[in-house]
Amino acid sequence: MIEPANLNTPLADGHDTAQLVTVHVGNQLFGIPILQVRDVFMVPSVTPVPLAPASVAGLFNLRGRVITMLSVRALLGQPRADDGGNMTAIGIEWQNEAFGLLVDRIGEVLMLDVRRREPNPTNLDTRWAAVSAGVYRLDTSLLVEISLEALFRGTLRAAA
Amino acid sequence: MDDLLRDFVVETVESIDVVDNQLVRFEREPNNRAIIDQIFRLVHTIKGTCGFLGLPRLETLTHAAETALDRYRDGAAVTSGAVTLILSTIDRIKVIMAELDRSQSEPEGHDSDLISALEVLAERTAIPAKPHVPAAPAGAHQADTDYTTGSLIYQVLERKLRPGEASLDELERAFRETVQDCDFSDEELDKAGLGEHAAEPASEPLVSNPDEAPEGNAGHALRNNTIRVPVDTLEHLMTMVSELVLTRNQLLDIARKDDNSAYKVPLQRLSHVTAELQESVMKTRMQPIGSAWAKLPRLMRDLAHDLNKDIALHTSGAETEIDRQLLELIKDPMIHMIRNAADHGIEHPGDRIKFGKPAQGSIRVSAAQEGGNITLSIADDGRGLDLKRIRDKAVRLGLTSAADASRLTDAQVARFIFHPGFSTAEKLTSISGRGVGMDVVRTNIEQVGGSVDVRTTAGQGTTVDIKIPLTLAIAAALIVEANGQRFALPQSAVVELVKPSGSSEARIEHISQSPVLRLRERLLPLVPLARILGIEAQQTRPLESAFIVVCQVAGIRFGIVVDGVLQTEEIVVKPVSQQIRHIASFSGSTIMGDGAVIMILDPNGLVQTIGDLGDAHNDNTAGLAGGSVQAEERSTLLVFRAGPGSPMAVPLALITRLEEIDVARIEHAGGQKLVQYRGKLMRLVPGSDDMDTRTTGNQPVVVFAHGSFCVGLMVDQIIDIVNEKLDISLAGAKPGIIGSAVLRGKATDIVDVAHHVPELNDDRSRRRTDKPSLLLVAPSDFLRAMLGPVLQAAGLDVTQAASPTEARARMGSGSFDFVVAGIDDRTCLELTATAPHTTQFIGLASHASRSLLEDASHAGFEDVVGFFDREGLLGCIARLRHALEDAA
Repeated sequence: MIEPANLNTPLADGHDTAQLVTVHVGNQLFGIPILQVRDVFMVPSVTPVPLAPASVAGLFNLRGRVITMLSVRALLGQPRADDGGNMTAIGIEWQNEAFGLLVDRIGEVLMLDVRRREPNPTNLDTRWAAVSAGVYRLDTSLLVEISLEALFRGTLRAAA
Repeated sequence: MDDLLRDFVVETVESIDVVDNQLVRFEREPNNRAIIDQIFRLVHTIKGTCGFLGLPRLETLTHAAETALDRYRDGAAVTSGAVTLILSTIDRIKVIMAELDRSQSEPEGHDSDLISALEVLAERTAIPAKPHVPAAPAGAHQADTDYTTGSLIYQVLERKLRPGEASLDELERAFRETVQDCDFSDEELDKAGLGEHAAEPASEPLVSNPDEAPEGNAGHALRNNTIRVPVDTLEHLMTMVSELVLTRNQLLDIARKDDNSAYKVPLQRLSHVTAELQESVMKTRMQPIGSAWAKLPRLMRDLAHDLNKDIALHTSGAETEIDRQLLELIKDPMIHMIRNAADHGIEHPGDRIKFGKPAQGSIRVSAAQEGGNITLSIADDGRGLDLKRIRDKAVRLGLTSAADASRLTDAQVARFIFHPGFSTAEKLTSISGRGVGMDVVRTNIEQVGGSVDVRTTAGQGTTVDIKIPLTLAIAAALIVEANGQRFALPQSAVVELVKPSGSSEARIEHISQSPVLRLRERLLPLVPLARILGIEAQQTRPLESAFIVVCQVAGIRFGIVVDGVLQTEEIVVKPVSQQIRHIASFSGSTIMGDGAVIMILDPNGLVQTIGDLGDAHNDNTAGLAGGSVQAEERSTLLVFRAGPGSPMAVPLALITRLEEIDVARIEHAGGQKLVQYRGKLMRLVPGSDDMDTRTTGNQPVVVFAHGSFCVGLMVDQIIDIVNEKLDISLAGAKPGIIGSAVLRGKATDIVDVAHHVPELNDDRSRRRTDKPSLLLVAPSDFLRAMLGPVLQAAGLDVTQAASPTEARARMGSGSFDFVVAGIDDRTCLELTATAPHTTQFIGLASHASRSLLEDASHAGFEDVVGFFDREGLLGCIARLRHALEDAA
């Protein structure tokens, strides 16, 4: 879970440090810039939207607001997870509309030196490369930073 | 934008609206000082603020207008020319204001045209002698004595004079000269004072609406009680209240399950408070409908002026309140209908007197609230709709058959004016009559969940009734279920609910895969909701266990098949995100009382999914005959089987109806099979010579009607309706068959309808000894093959041409009475240039767009009818022939 203390830690070298919320999708670790994350919430069930692009998992009522749930798995071309019950979502606002990104699990908040970010490896799956802003080498694994801009462009292309 | 500038723009635009109104009254009551003062004050205020904000163009213009207006303030007689000039000045100010609003700077250009006209006006306007100096700046001086004493101060103006301004020297001279004129007798003074004293009481009875008279005072008091709030703030407030309502509903839902809850009483109070809050916030969105009428007096004046008619406008119910969002949406349709009424409805004064009506026509606009709806009616006391012409036109456009048209009630006939492309106006005017208006009006109104109807009495006038919901934010909806998922269906589109059964009136039948409902002698196309949304269950339930929601949108009636109808609910419409906004079947989403989100179905979108099915089964309501929306060269055909040979097909547009006739009812007379059908005898012919006609049960029959003749083609089985590109091979044609084509991968014979309907040949009444000659120009072999025999049968000498070039060659070698040309290829429009004047042109179009119709009439085409609209074409030719014979 996110530690509020982490959010408020003043950074001596703010410009060179990226704060990323890590999420797990399948076996992969992803990072989303924390400033773009509005909240994290549990989703008991969504209302599917017939005829919608596969990336749209459905609609959800979040405190009286209808938000569109996007499935990160579908965006990355992975099979849908077994919806055994509650799903976890990250709330995001993009172009004045509210969205929820359905992920498998939320990790922690990492402060990473942007100089350690590397460009996408050339052999990365195109669907992944389309949404990736770069890759961090962590001690135990690799972390792919998600570019929300690219992600939403992708969903709109699918819709068009 | 700069705050100051924004406030200025907002206030000025509002004031201009007020002035617009006042100016028209001003023209009627030129001596009403109160009005002149009000207009003058406004122009003066704008001028003053302009100087302050640095808007030179606007300032110069308003200055000139102010000077001219000042003359009238001083009592000069107002001429109609002067009013027109001042109106155009106000219009120019509006243009400048619009640009200011958009780009925060004045538009390029100058207004010297108006300014010089205003100056001329100011100079020429004779002012009754008055003890005051006319020029405004001089008004500050007091001319009490006969002589001016004291030395002149040398004055220099530190800027260039603006147009319309007088130099100081001139002012000085005017000042001195005027002083001497000040010697009046009391009598003269009384006369001059007429404008000030006598006119006041006289003007009172002239005020058309007594309520408007104390407007000034009431408006003033009101202004102190109101504040300006940005619309966004109100919208936000509305959203929050909507959410509060939803939360309350959720809480109530929980409390309902727990009887002894301590929350019960406070919750009840919350519920009351929420309801009241909701009502109050809704009220903030409301505006009196009269605010949209502010422009009407001016509009009416201009219309009456342009049309040379005398029209009075009466309004009532201006205080009726309506959601401002809706108000915006109905403004244009409303103005359109008022224009129509003024242009087509009201007769010229001379004609009116002839009919024993007062010379002044009247248009009444009234509004009232009825329950959750606003009714708005626009009534004129003009000539009424020409029902006969509408009937003829409807038949010609293929909206109904001639036989049906005669049976329609007047009210039903009048409603045809709401069909696309329908205008009976003989000539287009700049004001209306282009035939694109009323259907747009209907579409706009239906989009907001309203309805529109028309009533007319010949010689007494026409009334258009519009019904619109009070607000858009909350709508009544029917909650339906399809494969376990709930959807909301706006109630405004729902006509009725039907539970089909095997035996009763409402029975589901299939034409191929397409289900249709036989409901009160009409075939209704059905849309299985689960299927079109792609959420069909593995095992589909039989349709008979389903519910059918009958909907009507854009003139098309259809049934939505759902698994269940749960309840009705007031829903708050929420927009959906960009990712799913493109799905036509949905118009938004909403949150239910239990907190779940459900999608709102859009009947307009759903009707698109039935596509050509809608054309096929709405013989009364479909658009221009011949499949108005099909792509080029695609034809919709009914495929059936008759006899053991290959399947057969016939263009759907030629078919009047599909019937099943009990074999026992078939009678034999004169070697022919006959059946009593709709009060007439209908001949039945076999679809093919080698088919076995049934001896028991029902015989499927394809009915073709031509005028009052009906012929039924007996078939074994209706197979399908296909919409495909036709590639006809004419080789191997035999009697009754035009040729064959490959449809859905099967060789299919295309039936020659003209062969089966020989009545066409017996149409002797129309036949002349010398057959009129007709040139049929169409690139499609199929079209020529279909229409050629029909035209020949109608007693015309038909020559065919496949291209405009070929047509020109044929026209060069002999003259034709008629040319019927497919004008989808616009080069055919140029054919009129090479033809002699005696040749009459008729266009054939697959889709009669407005621009195509205009181009055709411009090129000299007499009329345009749809492909395959056999009756329309024949009717048109018959009409032109009669006209020819009458002329001869």
